[in-house]
Amino acid sequence: MTLIQAVFALLAILTLGAGLLTVLSRHLFHAVLYLILSLLGVAGLFVLLEAEFLAGVQVLIYIGAISILIIFAVMLTRGMARNPGPPLNNQSLAAAVIAGLFFVLLAPVIAGFPWPQTTQGVPADTIEALGRSLVDPNQFALPFELASVMILAALIGAIFIAREKR
Amino acid sequence: MVPLSWYLLVAAALFCIGVYGVLARRNAIAILMAIELMLNAVNLSLVAFWRYLHPAVTTGQAFALFVLVVAAAEAAAGLALIISIYRNRETVDVENIDLLKG
Repeated sequence: MTLIQAVFALLAILTLGAGLLTVLSRHLFHAVLYLILSLLGVAGLFVLLEAEFLAGVQVLIYIGAISILIIFAVMLTRGMARNPGPPLNNQSLAAAVIAGLFFVLLAPVIAGFPWPQTTQGVPADTIEALGRSLVDPNQFALPFELASVMILAALIGAIFIAREKR
Repeated sequence: MVPLSWYLLVAAALFCIGVYGVLARRNAIAILMAIELMLNAVNLSLVAFWRYLHPAVTTGQAFALFVLVVAAAEAAAGLALIISIYRNRETVDVENIDLLKG
């Protein structure tokens, strides 16, 4: 096992273990902390995949913004946190069977398929090319603008829905 | 070098964990967190495909970025809805949010 594979294994265990604890932990606040750990593991895997920009964005947006938003929501709905009750509903066994079966179905397909693989390295100007492709009319300029409109709509919608009605 | 299938297996496992969380958790915020896990799994496989199939083309990374944007919007709108429901019903337990049930 090479060093890179060892690092991959560590990150994979971190991501999956923290993800599992996210869906299983009884306290919602602990679940958020485990979610942050899992997202950090995914960011590490992005670094391993040489997508440094995405790793940075993952840390900034997921860990910096979305997690804080979730923590706010946990704090604001603290009646649940004080008296959590059972975290899982009565169909949790069926859910486990379904999720497990789905993985059992996927795993042999993924492992058995002869994935084509390039030996090509990542170009040095990937981030620049990514930035250009986002504003290039022939590539992603339209989705990019649509995404900003959608973010604005979500922002206004979230404020309107969550504000105190008088 | 790590084979592509390892990344895809991790992504598949993460997605299945998310599926389990969405189906089995009672708290609406926990369900939202499980959805974030699923979106992350998809992102991981997108970036893995980008790296191993076409590293010279930025499409894979751009798609992952758009997934990230949608995830942010989803989190903002979803949490606002949950807070609004909590204000009206004093609960975020999805078992008790059954206004539409006949």
